[in-house]
Amino acid sequence: MLLNAIILLPAAAALIAGLVPWPRLRPLLVPLTALTHLGLVCRALAQGPITPSHAMLGLDPLGGLTLLVVSLLYAVSSLYALGYLRCHHDWDNRIFTACLLLFLSAMSLATLARHLGLLWVAVEATTLVSAPLIYYNRNKFSIEATWKYLLLCSVGIALAMLGILFVAYASLLGHGEANIQLDHLLANAPLFSVPWLRAGFVFLLVGFGTKMGLAPLHTWKPDAYGEAPGLVGGLLAGGLTSVAFLAILRAMQIMTAAGEQAIARQCLLALGVTSLLFAALFVIRQRDIKRMLAYSSVEHMGILAIGVAVGGLATYGAMFHMFNNALTKGSLFMSAGNIHRHYGSKRQCEILGSLAVLPVSAGVFLAGFLAIAGSPPFGVFLSEFTILRGIFNTGHPLLSGGFLLLLTVIFIGMAGTVLPVTLGPTYDQQGTPGNHHETLLTAGAPLLLLLAVLAAGLYLPAPLKNLFANAAALLEVTP
Amino acid sequence: MHNLPDFILIAVILLNFFLLGTSRLGACVQAVALQGALLSLLPPLLSGPTVHALALSGGAFCLKGLVIPALLLRAIRKLDISREIEPRIGYIPTLLLVALFTAAAFVFGDRLPLLAAHLHSLIIPASLATLAAGFLTLITRRKAITQVLGYLIFENGIFVFGMLLAEAMPLMVEAGVLLDMLVAIFVMGIVMNHINREFSSSIDTDHLNLLRE
Repeated sequence: MLLNAIILLPAAAALIAGLVPWPRLRPLLVPLTALTHLGLVCRALAQGPITPSHAMLGLDPLGGLTLLVVSLLYAVSSLYALGYLRCHHDWDNRIFTACLLLFLSAMSLATLARHLGLLWVAVEATTLVSAPLIYYNRNKFSIEATWKYLLLCSVGIALAMLGILFVAYASLLGHGEANIQLDHLLANAPLFSVPWLRAGFVFLLVGFGTKMGLAPLHTWKPDAYGEAPGLVGGLLAGGLTSVAFLAILRAMQIMTAAGEQAIARQCLLALGVTSLLFAALFVIRQRDIKRMLAYSSVEHMGILAIGVAVGGLATYGAMFHMFNNALTKGSLFMSAGNIHRHYGSKRQCEILGSLAVLPVSAGVFLAGFLAIAGSPPFGVFLSEFTILRGIFNTGHPLLSGGFLLLLTVIFIGMAGTVLPVTLGPTYDQQGTPGNHHETLLTAGAPLLLLLAVLAAGLYLPAPLKNLFANAAALLEVTP
Repeated sequence: MHNLPDFILIAVILLNFFLLGTSRLGACVQAVALQGALLSLLPPLLSGPTVHALALSGGAFCLKGLVIPALLLRAIRKLDISREIEPRIGYIPTLLLVALFTAAAFVFGDRLPLLAAHLHSLIIPASLATLAAGFLTLITRRKAITQVLGYLIFENGIFVFGMLLAEAMPLMVEAGVLLDMLVAIFVMGIVMNHINREFSSSIDTDHLNLLRE
């Protein structure tokens, strides 16, 4: 009942948004829905896992963690959305608002799905409802980004469907039944036909990996994140990637249950390391702040993949990192959006020294950069350090050395862009009319997210810690 | 009559060749529609006339055979395009590639570990060949609309593979999958319209190269 409400509430709100004729009141639906949604999610999590056996919907720690991350990020972003849509009050916001709400519904469905087919339907739905969001600026660049995003992700997801069918065939061949409900799969996994299962895993990894943006399947990412409004970039980089990661983790769960964990980890590790390499190569001399953030997202997807691939303590670190990455990315994209909107540009040379002009947004952008790069005392530092300790524990000296080296390169590369943009000599077309200045909502929301990441670094509440530990446990132990 | 499924699968493979060999977009859309419509007849033929099979068959027929082709034909008329000019790889080389992939699909299909009932069935080769044809269309063609067709052919290949697994997906999920596909084509159609407007009446994806490092 509660789970149905979590999915249907935003969908119903989207329907209302499509029907009400008042463009000025319509944006209010977003924060109202998002905050209620967050309340429902917290209530569901407080009740503990809800996993009726062999049901289509359920809430286990892994899905619950992802749902919490998505809902929290979305709730804060919804405040920003209110301010953002007020800036553009003369643009038609009917489709944008409806899609924004449907996006929350589809992501919630993906986190609660206990059936691989339903999971697929939800993830594909997220692609379709987010495409109009990327195209909100309506120019040549954003249409190109939207097309690439739509086509690449749809084909990627189609590959994932093939992977799901392969897993179903592995089950059919192994014990005579092609049921792809998750509990069913986990219980019978040891009997599965190994070649089909492995093939299925590879297709699932490539398919959902495209959606998550692991290199070398990330090519749509800089374009889509670069051209989408900051609000949407944050939701994609923080929320949607976590959902896609969850889909990969479901595939990992099945492989672990089948006793094929080693090979699954190797595949994931290879993609993770490639992602770090690509991010390090492209983040250097990146002069476009939003594209830079996109490569940073590729980096952090790589870190998540490596964390789960190494296992043990690093898996716990990866769960914590998913939380930190989502909130920090939201904060960074929204503050970058404020800078972009004020200057009408996101190129480094045209937005130098923004700290003097937009003190809060540029300040949050600078602090967010320090946070995402892993400086103490932010939460990202703790989670990255936990993953690093996990790598050392399992005795991969080469991997840990390379991991540290690449992180340092990316830090320096990002600093080369972020420091001039925020602290450099000021260049502002003072008094140009029509410049959007930061408001309480648009500057407050990214600040709020950053404070949450800071709080997570200083003190982690016990229920949150348990949630991370329980989610990690699902990936470690054979049920 | 019990050879009807095999006949359909062979027709599907032959349509792949037709699709990659013709430059007329209208004919391409009709061929994809025919492919989809033929495939939608398979579920009741292979697993008997159960409610599940009949519903899936009806839904797939309406969508793959009627609604989606109608959407695409309307887009072609609206955008006023009739031919794919200069594919990235010429028609003869692509046809040779399809032939190669189809042969490989037959050889490879026989070596897979399969249930006894599925040995020497045409389902696996037809599925693999159609997947390959879809990929080739996606890679070698420049027009946005042919790329959408490639995606549809690819989906058809997945549908054929699904025939091995009669009841893996509950009906509700099948409906969701089909609905997602319809919405995908709908959204792609809208985006194509906007590409056409932004890039002065052309949906060549070669214009989509403004964003690079």
